[in-house]
This record gives sequence, C-alpha cells and structure tokens, in this order.
Amino acid sequence: MTTSSAPARPSSRPTPAPAPARPGSRPAAASVLSWLMLLPCVVIFALFIVWPLGKSVSLSLHGSDLFGRPDAFVGLQHYRDMLGSAEFRHILWVTFAFVLLTVIPGVLGALAIVLLLEQHIRGIRILRTAFALPFAFSVASASVIFATIYNPAIGLANGLLGRFGVDRIGWLTDPDWALISVSITTVWMSVGYNVLVLSAGIGAIPTEINEAATLDGAGGWRAARFITVPMLGPQLFFLIVISTIQSLQGFGQIKILTPEGGPEQSTKTLVYSIYHTAFANNASDFGAASAQAIVLLVILLTCTAIQFGVLERRVHYK
Amino acid sequence: MRKLTVGRLVTYAVLAVAALAVIFPVYYVIAGSIMSPGQISSYPPDLFPQGVFTGNYEGAVSTTAIGRQYLNSVLQTSVITLCQLITSVLAAYAFVFMKMWGRNLLFGLFLATLMVPWESIVLPNYLTITGWELGGQRLTASYAGTMIALVLPFLANAFGVFLLRQSFLQFPTELRDAAVIDGCGHWRFIRRILLPLNKPALMAVGLYVFLAAWNQFFWPLLIGDNASRRTLQIGISQLNDVEAADPGLILAGVTLSILPTLAIVIFGQRFIVRGLTAGAIR
Repeated sequence: MTTSSAPARPSSRPTPAPAPARPGSRPAAASVLSWLMLLPCVVIFALFIVWPLGKSVSLSLHGSDLFGRPDAFVGLQHYRDMLGSAEFRHILWVTFAFVLLTVIPGVLGALAIVLLLEQHIRGIRILRTAFALPFAFSVASASVIFATIYNPAIGLANGLLGRFGVDRIGWLTDPDWALISVSITTVWMSVGYNVLVLSAGIGAIPTEINEAATLDGAGGWRAARFITVPMLGPQLFFLIVISTIQSLQGFGQIKILTPEGGPEQSTKTLVYSIYHTAFANNASDFGAASAQAIVLLVILLTCTAIQFGVLERRVHYK
Repeated sequence: MRKLTVGRLVTYAVLAVAALAVIFPVYYVIAGSIMSPGQISSYPPDLFPQGVFTGNYEGAVSTTAIGRQYLNSVLQTSVITLCQLITSVLAAYAFVFMKMWGRNLLFGLFLATLMVPWESIVLPNYLTITGWELGGQRLTASYAGTMIALVLPFLANAFGVFLLRQSFLQFPTELRDAAVIDGCGHWRFIRRILLPLNKPALMAVGLYVFLAAWNQFFWPLLIGDNASRRTLQIGISQLNDVEAADPGLILAGVTLSILPTLAIVIFGQRFIVRGLTAGAIR
C-alpha cells in the first residue's frame, strides 16, 4: 500500500476555525473521543511503519544466524561491506538505469499521447479509455502477459520480428536485453495512469487561454509547446516524482520476468537485492538486507527532496 | 469542418501506432485465452482466435488453485477496503471537526508515513507477522499464511485520511453548526449528513484502496505459504513458473484476474482520477 500511495504534501490550506463544541460535551470528553477516533490509525502506523523503521536500522547493525534472524551486534560492518563491494555498485547502477529507462519514456510517451488526443478527433473518449486500460493490470498480470509475449520459443515478440526477417532476440535471457524488456513492461504498465493524470490536467486548463492563442495565430504545436505543456507543469512534476519512486520500488515485474535477477544479474535492482539477500534459500541474511533497505530509504527520500527542490521552482502553478 | 492536412494525417498515424502498442497486450491476453493449445503455440504466431475455445478457462479453474485464490483475494481486498474506509473516516473526522491538542503535528506525522517505502520496512514486518521472539522465548504466534497477515498492516493508510480530510474541509461550517444546535451527535452527524455528502471522495478512496489491495504482490508473496492460501496475484505469477506451462491456460487465469480492476478502470474512471491526482493539484 505504501508503495503505491501518492506522496501527499502537507496542504497549504489554512485549517478551519475550530468547530463549536457540542452542547453538553466538555472539551476534555471531546479530546478523549477524538483520540479514540485516531487510535486505529495510530496503532497501525506505530506497529507497521514507525516501529519497523527503527527495527530496520537496528537489524542493519546486527549479524544474522543460520536462519537469517538477527544475532550479534556488528556496528556498521554491513554498510562497510556494501560500499566496498563491486556487486553493490552494480546493483546501484542497474537501479539507476532502470529508473531512467522507465520514467523518461513513461512520462514523455504519455505526454505525446495526451497532446495528440487534444487534436479534436472523433471517438476521442473511447481512445482515452483505451489508453487508460493498462492501469487495470496488476504488476503480476502485466508481467505474466509480457512473459508470454517474450517467450523465446512461441512468444509473439520474436514471432512477429521473424516475419520481418529479424533474428530472434533473447528478451529475458540476453544480459543486454533483459533490463530493457523489463523496462518495456514497466512503461506499458505506467502509461495508463500517466495518461489519466495528464488528461485530467488538460481538462482543467481554461478554454479561453487556448482560444486567445488561436486568435493570436498560435495553433497546433506552438500552442502545445508554449501553453499546454507549461500549464501541465504540476501534473508532469507529480508524474516524474511518483514514477521515480515507483521505479525505485519496482519488484514484481523483475521477480516474475527474471526470477533470478536476470542473466548475469542484469536486472538486479536494489529492491530485488533486498528480497534476495533476505530470502535466498541458502544464504538468508536479514542484517545485510536491512542495510540495503536503509540505503533504499535514503535514496528515495533524497530523490524526492531533490525533485521538490529543483523541479518545483520551474513549475507553473495556477 | 477542418481540412485534412498533412499534420493531421501524421497525428492520426502516430496515435494509431501508439494505441496499437498500448492496447495490444490487452487484446492478446483475451484473444490468447480463447485459442486452442495448438493454435497459440503455432509458429509463426496467430493473432486471431479461430472460434472460441473454452478449454483454457475450464483447465484454469479445475487444474489450478485459481478458484480458491480468487476467493482469498476477494476476502483480503474487501476487508482491507472496508476497514481502511472506516479508519480513514474516523481519523479525518477527528482532524477536521474535533478540537484537540497537537492536531496539526499529528496530521504531519500521518503524512510522513507516506514517505516511508514499504520495501524498506518489509523485513521487520515479516518478523512481526512470523512471531516476535525474545531470548529464544516466543512472545507472539506466527500468522504466516493467514488472512490476518495479509490484511493487518493495511487496515489504515494516511493517503485515505489525507483525501477524506481534504473533502471534509469543504463541508460548510454553517451546516455543521446547524446540525450541532439540533442536538445531532457525532455518529449521527457522520452517518446521516457527512458521509452522504462526501460520496465522491469516499468512492475515490474506496476504489483506490481496492485497486492497490487487489494488485498487491510483494507482501502476499512473502507470507503465503501454500497454494490454497495464496492470493490470486501470486497464483497467476506462479502459473508462469511451471516448466512448459500452457500459455493459453496462463492467459485465461490472467483474464479472470483482471476482470474486477478492468471494470473499475472503465466505469469508475472519474472517481479514480479524482483520487489519484489529489496529490498533484494543491
């Protein structure tokens, strides 16, 4: 759940004047009641988010017994091991490449589709719904479909390429292709959502602005370039942030399409590595996995902070 | 009528190609699910089913645990959605209508929980669900593989609280005051007045939570211990693991698994957009 939730920001809206107390109810009683109303959320958050956060840090400072469970305190050893290992640098590189290969095509592709949809074409509603369809697919269902399409023997991808005389590609078995294939699946999954968000943004642009532009002789691409895209700033900004976060957290498509983290570990991202380090059959290590989990947390928070700092200054807010 | 210019032709062409690329997997999963085993594995591949072959669906329901897993997912998703609506309504109500000490600070902390990626806290949660130990002594039982383990961490989420709070804030204070003067208690006010007037926001939260819960993968993968207790998402992903798996059967399973979410995206689109872009527009 946390994975897919939007990074909601504190609202700048001023809080309303306090509601008048109910006749006959004392402030103290109301205060107790309001805490009771908040209790279910507080308990769940404390037990499954706040406490685990501290526990993750603590686990990352401990070694692991044969079953992967924590034992002796080892200090920063896991972090030193990680930073000194070529394998971990490879994992970070794969993670970074995966983000680039998914966020940029996913957001730009959706933007292109939405701008084209703007050109007043018949049957536009059906098309818009059609473009939103991938949003209905879970990571598991999308990955399974693409696994079938990528299938080396009977898959459609090679079958169709074969008709054009292109050699078979080892979509998921060739180290040069595996990450690209997983990224294509991920981009496909994100297009539906991105189109929905951008369409909503376009719908909110006042029509007078475009009418004024048309009167001034700025039609078609000039209008798109100088009016629509800048006006979509908040939505594009939101999509870049949320897509980056989702890519950094991508797991299902990697696990399903390339169960071992890909040929030559070519799809072993940070999240996959956390899973693999903690639950590998022969070498379960919750300590080392937790150190990676903390690195993931730091990377995600840093990315979000940078994106808010850098991008938000250039975004046009209505 | 506008003239058919070169520019418009290009627009049509690009849109057609993009639409084909986006829609093709959707078409293929349904078309492939009604192809006979011979046809789907033919080479070069066939794109159009020759008639409707129902054997894949019969096979998926009778030879795999998908039926049972469907029930698991329906139960898991319903419990999460219902409970999250309740916990979110209660919390949002307290944040908007109740005067209390530390209200804004607590709301800030709620929002902060959204910044924590599930993957960086999944290991301690796994340890919690499989049972706390202290010095070799068991403190709590293991819930691995149970419905409790599937739903418990997700009974509350700050996103729902945030969205409902935004909606409740629009509620006219005069209406609330009038209700209070008439002696309307908190529960009556929530049930009779507040909830009916906030249906769009409740729909948005409900559909959003439903989609997210139905599509969960990482957590159910970790705690499901045998086929009959796994969720549908894990079930269909494991159809794929079997060597020489039957692609028609796999696609039939996938088609069954996307029916609820497909219905939501097609018929509940306006609620979804409202909920999912809430963070984008301030």
